[in-house]
Amino acid sequence: MKKVSISAKLKKVLIVGLSAVLMVGAFAGCGSNDKKTADKEPSETKNKVLEPVEITNVSYDPTRELYENYNKIFTEYWKNETGQDVTITQSHGGSGKQARSVLEGNEADVVTLALEQDVNELVTGGLIKDGWIKEFPKDSAPYTSTIVFLVRKDNPKGIKDWDDIVKDGVEIITPDPKTSGGARWNFLAAWGFALDKFSGDEAKAQDFLKSLYGNVTVLDSGARGSTTTFVENGQGDVLLAWENEAFLSIKEHPEDFEIVTPSISILAQPSVAIVDEVADERGTQEVAKGYLDYLYSDDAQRLEADNYYRPSNEDILKEYGDTFDLDLRLVNIEDDFGGWAKATDKFFADGAIFDQIYKQ
Amino acid sequence: MVQDKGNKIAKYILIGLGALFIIVMLVIPLVTVLSYSLREGWKVFYDAISDPYAIDALKLTLLATVVTLIVNTFFGIFASWGLTKFKFKGKQIITTLIDIPFSISPVIAGLVFILVFGRIGWASPFLSAHHLKIVFAVPGIILATIFVTFPFVSRELIPLMQSQGNEEEEAAALMGASWLRIYRKITLPHIKWGLLYGVILCTARAMGEFGAVSVVSGHLRGKTNTLPLHVEILFNEFHLTAAFAVSSILVVMAIIILVLRNIVEVRVKKEE
Repeated sequence: MKKVSISAKLKKVLIVGLSAVLMVGAFAGCGSNDKKTADKEPSETKNKVLEPVEITNVSYDPTRELYENYNKIFTEYWKNETGQDVTITQSHGGSGKQARSVLEGNEADVVTLALEQDVNELVTGGLIKDGWIKEFPKDSAPYTSTIVFLVRKDNPKGIKDWDDIVKDGVEIITPDPKTSGGARWNFLAAWGFALDKFSGDEAKAQDFLKSLYGNVTVLDSGARGSTTTFVENGQGDVLLAWENEAFLSIKEHPEDFEIVTPSISILAQPSVAIVDEVADERGTQEVAKGYLDYLYSDDAQRLEADNYYRPSNEDILKEYGDTFDLDLRLVNIEDDFGGWAKATDKFFADGAIFDQIYKQ
Repeated sequence: MVQDKGNKIAKYILIGLGALFIIVMLVIPLVTVLSYSLREGWKVFYDAISDPYAIDALKLTLLATVVTLIVNTFFGIFASWGLTKFKFKGKQIITTLIDIPFSISPVIAGLVFILVFGRIGWASPFLSAHHLKIVFAVPGIILATIFVTFPFVSRELIPLMQSQGNEEEEAAALMGASWLRIYRKITLPHIKWGLLYGVILCTARAMGEFGAVSVVSGHLRGKTNTLPLHVEILFNEFHLTAAFAVSSILVVMAIIILVLRNIVEVRVKKEE
């Protein structure tokens, strides 16, 4: 009797299972139909009430809090401006890794990445049109940042400048320049300091970087991974961090950390761009453009400053003179490194200087 | 007498070591997860698990688990039936192939799907022509989960069916029973506990899968984030308590599954 009831139950399970499979199939079918109707949409939207729209922003690691807040004010702004409801889906990770995923088919309408080079990868992949960098003001960098040191309270290792972190016994946490945009800025900032110190001697600069990376104890794939390694997991003596990331850590744990500003750092310009291939296909060019344009508005610039990014609007940056060290000497990628294409080939390509330093 | 004493000491040392290992490696971490998640009280705990993103992640995890379960149960039954009740060339190779997901790193499994179904993968022209999206979308997550948990059911069933042999089925076939009837009346009753056991293991693994899913997910919040991925995101956003609260959902589900597993084991012993 029992056996019969059990096999009857199993039969039921099988039937339910089969119908579930069919349902999933039907569901997938519906999904593709939705897409087709969405394609037709833009032509008829002009004079009617606009359909709600969804865009995806694939961003890099430390911008999680920034875009969480920005998406709120943008949604409101866009609703007032056009009457259209917009939903923004976020994705975060190491900048290079994120660019890679977009290249492999992670459908982003806009990318807001850590560096120009990662967006250029998408140009090479045919997803973004050449000349994107002039599409938005200030080389498509609505906010900038720089690289600073985060050390433990009272600075037990006495770290003041780049010189101090290459000393024996100092443990450094920084992400991997192969996958993280922030890590590349870290590397170049250190290089800028070393060149200045050794009056342009590149061999000595390379040795300096070698002893720096010799002190690295954990090499995460993204900036946020490094921050949690340093802040939450208590590893290392100094974190080479985005300025915004360092401020955020202090905000989360005011008692435990201090920021040290080195004598030289780098002007880091995170890049934003519309992913043309995806936006054209989905008919989201307009809202994507609006989304990135609004990053330059006064409200958004202040919001960026509140989230510890340096606003690109000089006047608003000055309002935040108390927060940011505006006298910090900054090298920059165009003048000091000849642009990202050159810097990538020289430092980060396979077998280039970073590989030579790290493999030895 | 002396030898007896020595044996006893050895016994207690071994038991003690075993217990210590289990406490350090398993019990303490689990208790930490649960206590940490309640560190800031029930309110924070409740907020974390009722957050819309957490609920979306839970739904996706459940969807992926259920579909995986159905597919792998079907596959597992048919594969083990085919492999044990019939003789054919290449049987050994297929048996080995089924085990691949056990030995391959989940990261590679994820990358394989990206190379096949991704934007620059070889199936991409076909997929984009039909507006189908596999990786960086829900189907990819389900596929990755299926891949990783592929062998669980068949691994349970194959040895079981092998030990039972074909006599009963052959006798039934000689008497003119249809294959469906043979299956229902003879095969299934023999394997039902093994099947259930495999299904339970498969569920546990499917719910917790991180590596392969992480590669194909794209980490779109509310869309392609499973519960384990959501835990990672919360952890990275300094929401430690929330991360542990969401983890505790996974822990509780795992414990439920373990209890079910034990019940099944007891039943099996009774029947024997």
